[in-house]
Amino acid sequence: MELKVKQVQRVDGFKESLYLPAIFTGFRLTVRHFFRNLFGAKDVVTVQYPEEQRPVSVRWRGRHRLTRREDGFLKCVACYMCETVCPAKCIHIDAGDHPDLSVEKYPVRFDIDELRCVFCGLCVEACPKEAIRMDTGVISMAYASRSTFDFTRDLLKDEYQPNEVTKFLDEDLPKPKSQAEALPNSVGLPAA
Amino acid sequence: MNLLLEILSIPLVQTILKIVFMIMLFAMPLGTLMTLMERKWSAMVQDRVGPNRANVGSFRGHGLAHIAADGLKSIFKEDTMPEGSDRFLYLIAPFFGLIAGVSVFAIVPIAAPIGSFTFQITDIEPGLLFIFAITSLSVYGAVLAGASSNSKFALLGGTRASAQMISYEVFMGLALMGIFMVYGSTRVSEIVDGQNAYWFGSLIPKWGILTQPLGFLLFTTALVAETKRAPFDAPEGESEIVAGYFLEYSGMRWSAFMLAEYVAIVGVAALVTTLFFGGYHVPWLHLWESAPEWLVRVLQFAKFTAFVVFFCWFQIQLRWTVPKFRFDQTMALGWKKLLPLSLANTVATAAVILIFV
Repeated sequence: MELKVKQVQRVDGFKESLYLPAIFTGFRLTVRHFFRNLFGAKDVVTVQYPEEQRPVSVRWRGRHRLTRREDGFLKCVACYMCETVCPAKCIHIDAGDHPDLSVEKYPVRFDIDELRCVFCGLCVEACPKEAIRMDTGVISMAYASRSTFDFTRDLLKDEYQPNEVTKFLDEDLPKPKSQAEALPNSVGLPAA
Repeated sequence: MNLLLEILSIPLVQTILKIVFMIMLFAMPLGTLMTLMERKWSAMVQDRVGPNRANVGSFRGHGLAHIAADGLKSIFKEDTMPEGSDRFLYLIAPFFGLIAGVSVFAIVPIAAPIGSFTFQITDIEPGLLFIFAITSLSVYGAVLAGASSNSKFALLGGTRASAQMISYEVFMGLALMGIFMVYGSTRVSEIVDGQNAYWFGSLIPKWGILTQPLGFLLFTTALVAETKRAPFDAPEGESEIVAGYFLEYSGMRWSAFMLAEYVAIVGVAALVTTLFFGGYHVPWLHLWESAPEWLVRVLQFAKFTAFVVFFCWFQIQLRWTVPKFRFDQTMALGWKKLLPLSLANTVATAAVILIFV
């Protein structure tokens, strides 16, 4: 194959070696930018990150959430599909008997270790009930301690708020001492 | 009250007060402000916002708190010293540049004298020759830092700095020969007063930039090269020799280098204003005959400060406009172009003065 050669037009010469015309042309550009940004930041493209966040695509795979049915129950039927497909082995489910016979099972515990998660989205694809999604739009999970990343069922909140930066502290996490305590306390409780 | 006036009339006390004012209230604050302004102005040229996060309570002031934050940080940083460095030279090197930078303000007048009281620390006869002497001392800061750091990169930076600064020193003096001839003195106050004259009645002020346009270009170029800033920043050469001569420094000593650089920027601006833009003289102010004396002084100081700030801005703008010179290009520009030009400028000025004046 013949190499293609592009001849670059050199502009050596007296005018160029004076530097001044070129410097003047450069100044016209930089000074214009300077004054446009001095009075009103017209060209500034910076996003003031924590206060101002760029919209996240609806296809962004962010933090997980567990969806609920219209009556408030978790959609999850504890079928272990996501736990099985997860390549990082970060999902752990404890199934329990649901009093409603048409539902059969529900997750007593649904833990995701977000530190191990590789955000591949396979759990979302595997779910037959559309019970787990990654559409919260939360792009940054930066917490102070390692244990904060173990999200349990109640922390996988289901409100879709892409711009809310939620921050969990250690004390926000449920620390169940027994199986009974680990049962969720508010929404998502199986009907008595 | 009388005692206070008596003390204030002692020349030594006056001089000390002037030094305190010029350095503590003029040069240093402007230099410190430049550390922030360089970042803010650079950001504006590049369509960014610049530092604006440091805060005191809820006060951010467009990044003003960064000055205090940076100062505090460098005070508390460890002052490291590389193994095998020359301890004494390593410790004093940062302050050569700082002292040289500050010394420029010794001869710069900021307002017209009232009676025998001058708004100038000292008006010595050699005037600008003193500046040449002092600025060549600032070479030592770079050379000693480079040589004493026991680091190859720092040594390279130091040698580059010495070669560059000594080369540009040569025609910095030659570029000012025209000014000396036109205003007939090396004394700064006489040069400044010489620029208070006018052509065509009182139409065009006889500023240095109009009498010596080429001299202005050459002198400004030389001074920018002296401060080792872009486009002549081969001694620091971030991409090749990391940070050049002050590579091994940290903490407050590193800050001293930085502060020296920014004080030098203000010094360059003050010198250019004084020599080429009428110093403190406000053009056409003599037409307003009933102006009160104090208001004239205030206007003069304001004009001087405005020009100084403008030339500080100009140097930052220059940094983002002109690409960096390679080191051999710096040398070629200095010796092959600017030196002959400044010699020609000297000869031409002398010829014009001889024939027409």
